[in-house]
Amino acid sequence: MKCSEFLNELTNYLDGVLDDRTKSDLDDHLAWCHNCYVVCDTTRKTIEIYRNSELYELPDDLRVRLRAAIMTKCSEHKKSDRQNR
Amino acid sequence: MSTIQPNIEQPVSEEMALVRRAKRGDDQAFEELVRRYDRNVFRIAQHITQNREDAEDVVQEAFLKAYSNLEKFQEQSKFYTWLVRIAVNEALMKLRRRKPERTVSLDEEVKTEDDSLPREVADWSPNPEQMYNQAELRDILTRTIQGLPPGFRTVFVLRDVEGLSTEETAQALELSIPAVKSRLLRARLQLRERLNHFFQKRASGDGHQ
Repeated sequence: MKCSEFLNELTNYLDGVLDDRTKSDLDDHLAWCHNCYVVCDTTRKTIEIYRNSELYELPDDLRVRLRAAIMTKCSEHKKSDRQNR
Repeated sequence: MSTIQPNIEQPVSEEMALVRRAKRGDDQAFEELVRRYDRNVFRIAQHITQNREDAEDVVQEAFLKAYSNLEKFQEQSKFYTWLVRIAVNEALMKLRRRKPERTVSLDEEVKTEDDSLPREVADWSPNPEQMYNQAELRDILTRTIQGLPPGFRTVFVLRDVEGLSTEETAQALELSIPAVKSRLLRARLQLRERLNHFFQKRASGDGHQ
């Protein structure tokens, strides 16, 4: 297996959606190709870091304000919808 | 050979029951749906628009649109997938308005294949997150993901941050499954490449006082 072939399957490999045969081919490649091993390992870390990062959490006060605004708009929509019928 | 499936009534999920109540005009049920997904919609919107005010607008507009089009929701997908699709469209519209000089589309072709090929291969420190304080790390991660084209960024956020399946991501973005997979691969590899610079094992002096 070439490194480019390994890379093409990397996403499926990390997501664990490969059949046993392909997975074991990739495992064999990883056992001797240090570069692909590092790319695979650091890509996995990249995903984990973002998954755990909690970027852009919605602050509680803003959350309450947004929800109130949404529900007000919804009830205005309902009223105007009824008037138009 | 075909078998005849017995017509078993599927139990309605608790969420679909909420959606149906909302469809019948129960605003409390709709508010519960807002409560369930407002954080996710906000995160997705902020990742796409890269702007806090725009993200706030997107949250409001997406939920209002969902509310006023609820009867069109066919219940063939999860409510959340349907909502994400509305939110992504609203967010892309904002982005187009803000950056009219660049056409923003999920279909945009991305420069060259080479963008995603690993150029730098170096081991990372075993706990890369601990190399920086929280504010620094947040800054690194935000700037890095903002550098991705919107089409890649959106697929990465839905799949890897929000945890949608490949199929759900394809539905929400109206892309084919192979398109989602190819964008996800390139997004992951590009992020990895860009983070390399920050998380590589340092040659010397690391960890010594």
